[in-house]
Amino acid sequence: MSPKTLYDKIWDAHLVDEAEDGSSLLYIDRHLVHEVTSPQAFEGLRMTGRKVRNPQNTIAVPDHNVPTTPDRVDGIKNEESRIQVEALDRNAQDFGVNYYPVSDIRQGIVHIVGPEQGWTLPGMTVVCGDSHTATHGAFGALAHGIGTSEVEHVLATQTLIQQKSKNMKVEITGRLRPGVTAKDITMAVIGATGTAGGTGHVIEYCGEAIRELSMEGRMTVCNMAIEGGARAGLIAPDEKTYQYVQGRPHAPKGAQWEAALAWWKTLYSDPDAHWDKVVTIRGEDIAPLVTWGTSPEDVLPITASVPAPEDFTGGKVDAARRALEYMGLTAGQPLSEVEIDTVFIGSCTNGRIEDLRAAARVLEGKKVKDGLRAMIVPGSGLVRAQAEEEGLADIFTKAGFEWRLAGCSMCLAMNPDQLAPGERCAATSNRNFEGRQGRGGRTHLMSPAMAAAAAVTGRLTDVREMM
Amino acid sequence: MEKFDKLTGIAAPMPLINVDTDMIIPKQFLKTIKRTGLGVHLFDEMRYDGDGGEIPDFVLNTPQYRDAEILVAGDNFGCGSSREHAPWALLDFGIRCVIAPSFADIFYNNCFKNGILPIALPQERVDILMRDAEKGANARMDIDLEAQTITTSDGETITFDIDPFRKHCLINGLDDIALTLEKAPAIDAFEARASAARPWV
Ligand code: SF4
Repeated sequence: MSPKTLYDKIWDAHLVDEAEDGSSLLYIDRHLVHEVTSPQAFEGLRMTGRKVRNPQNTIAVPDHNVPTTPDRVDGIKNEESRIQVEALDRNAQDFGVNYYPVSDIRQGIVHIVGPEQGWTLPGMTVVCGDSHTATHGAFGALAHGIGTSEVEHVLATQTLIQQKSKNMKVEITGRLRPGVTAKDITMAVIGATGTAGGTGHVIEYCGEAIRELSMEGRMTVCNMAIEGGARAGLIAPDEKTYQYVQGRPHAPKGAQWEAALAWWKTLYSDPDAHWDKVVTIRGEDIAPLVTWGTSPEDVLPITASVPAPEDFTGGKVDAARRALEYMGLTAGQPLSEVEIDTVFIGSCTNGRIEDLRAAARVLEGKKVKDGLRAMIVPGSGLVRAQAEEEGLADIFTKAGFEWRLAGCSMCLAMNPDQLAPGERCAATSNRNFEGRQGRGGRTHLMSPAMAAAAAVTGRLTDVREMM
Repeated sequence: MEKFDKLTGIAAPMPLINVDTDMIIPKQFLKTIKRTGLGVHLFDEMRYDGDGGEIPDFVLNTPQYRDAEILVAGDNFGCGSSREHAPWALLDFGIRCVIAPSFADIFYNNCFKNGILPIALPQERVDILMRDAEKGANARMDIDLEAQTITTSDGETITFDIDPFRKHCLINGLDDIALTLEKAPAIDAFEARASAARPWV
């Protein structure tokens, strides 16, 4: 048998049908659904009289629109948001899919809820009408975002029409230095390859620095595979993966667990497998990073200065000029002198318990700089409960952070949590596009520890100075 | 889905790289539960000022490009989120074809589901078309999907590649779901095999 990559193995195990022209029908094990990209898909089913083929493997949760303030128990005030969430309530009920409504403590960001509840397992195919579905690749599951027409296709057929992607290996060798996290790894990769570097590929992340990461860290890395243009990101499962999964509500049990484990242990890339593209980065070379521009590839070490448009070539010269103007930055200005107005810690990139612990370590006994707005939005109700139990919530509120309920919140500002024009934010989310966090808002992406450090000083800050 | 076979139309130049889905349709317009009506919000933040007034020099606000049906853009068009609202907004505005050196995967896919033809071409070819598009409303481009050609207003012909299955669906306006449902026996058989091999799923 010819050697295969992990991606090849999962692909082969899910192939329903292969047409001569290379388009394939792939079976989908788990379909995650949220309120923004699904209403038109359910409507399509109604109009054609179709059903959800596999409601027991379809999981829905509202996250993008939901307010994260305590008054949300009284209902969502924004009418359009409310209509969208109510549409999901109704669709979940009418079509009989698994559902975690806003009132359920298990509600949260779909990519945090899936793994937390044990829906995401190694070797699965997972899709969601959301580009950050790549997150689930941390379990060695082939997971990617799809559009609403494809959501409808999966609902109706439990399959997806796919072209096979190419294989790309991203190896992070060695160990990370203190103050450097999974977020810095994933940003470093995008900085090295660009936002289109992974286009047409599925990335497998490997190497010692990846092995050393917790499951939470691995999810952070895979989450941003899409920002590097890749269709999906993958990490081969290992003991950490099995430990994380075991005992979760929807994880296999007893004899099924043993059978699953036996299969999962075959899920790795064979030593001689073919890679279409290979990128290697030394873990020791990665510094705490921040973005300066309006594309996730605009990353620099916190110790660097704002670049000049002339530092670039091709279309990037104009793009950089436009980005600097939008961001209100001047070439040559040290990044560590850039003052911020707001700090947002949360999102499917960095809204898990480990992220909150990292932020709390920096914030313990410290205060948020006067006049700064700072909020922490846990990724799920269960993350929130755990953080309260561990005393993290106390540290945050004492430091002056707002302690919110779970949701996407200021990651994309579809709920009331938004930046005002010109407002500058240190954010742990994944996109710094123009207007992403509110029209005219300025986003600098970074790790939770770095965002916490920025909250204390009121400017972009090297967290290593506070360790 | 509307068929796409031939198109003769005005091409608007948008020489920006990394045109992301937040630029194409900002999130405040994702709250709709319909597919239509998004055209007025296409490129909202580049097209309107804070008070909703048109920004006169934005390409689609200029008189010669208001009726553009083709967009010529820079590398990595459509990067960012999976929102199908992006092709819905383009379509609702009247754009049926986007030409760029490269596209983000999900956006590229989403176009085909909505009768929009995304054409990826080497940068030099895009440059030729960009210059042609810059001539304004009198310079119409011809796109022939069957022949896989683009003809500029000067009569220069450029060929493009496209996946045969996607081409077939676009030309015939085929609904993927109906096509797949014809394969229900293969799906049933797969499920039977999979539930024996991986009963925990
Ligand atoms: S947290 Fe942000 S990136 Fe993640 S699913 Fe929500 S909106 Fe998308």
